[in-house]
Amino acid sequence: MDGEKQIPIDLDADIVRARREGRTLAAELGFSAVDATLIATAISELARNILIYAKRGEIVLRQVERSGRFGVVVVARDNGPGISDTRQALQDGFSTSGRLGMGLPGVRRLMDDFEIISGTGNGTEVIASKWKP
Amino acid sequence: MEVPILKQGPYLIASIQSALSDADLLQLRDALVEQVGRYRSRGVIVDVTALDVVDSFASLTIRQIAHMIRLRGAETVIVGIQPEVAFSMVQLGLTLQSVVTRLDLEEGLAYLREKTEQSRSS
Repeated sequence: MDGEKQIPIDLDADIVRARREGRTLAAELGFSAVDATLIATAISELARNILIYAKRGEIVLRQVERSGRFGVVVVARDNGPGISDTRQALQDGFSTSGRLGMGLPGVRRLMDDFEIISGTGNGTEVIASKWKP
Repeated sequence: MEVPILKQGPYLIASIQSALSDADLLQLRDALVEQVGRYRSRGVIVDVTALDVVDSFASLTIRQIAHMIRLRGAETVIVGIQPEVAFSMVQLGLTLQSVVTRLDLEEGLAYLREKTEQSRSS
């Protein structure tokens, strides 16, 4: 039942494609229109972070089932410069790009589970999931 | 995907028809700022009913559009923000700050008429 889809993020059109795929997957799993939009918005922010900070990377969408509950897992992965202080990156208003500081704390609020693995020079992996109520 | 811009009397109406990339949003911004001068428009309506997602970039660009149009001497109103888009914007912590919003095209036109006639008579 578990499947996954990889979407390379290279251009700004890929952001639109990734969030469209996410919305389609959420709809297939029976998520509400509100939840599908929250997931699509989270994907949009994560894909843009890849373009801004790492230039390229990928979004992986997984459908999962845990003890009878369906969920969508969004993995945003890049080999960019990484984040030296992940705790700081999760504070509202913090941004090193100088313009869009909403990204990560906002994404955490849109999703149910949120995890970030990164270090300077090691790229960044964000894993964010949403579960069907 | 280019956004069609309709000239309706003293107003410009931009009807977003589908999901927009960042480049499309910037192109819409630049086209509106240019056309408001070319047609000497008094107001601009941006209809976002069909926009699938308003993320940090879209919200920043919408604020820029309204601010730039104001600097050009016209009014901007954003119409058609869907309930689920409004919810995700609140969760993300995005605001449109001083940008005027109305429910739909009809309300947007009513706002512009009131606003631009008021400023003409005063």
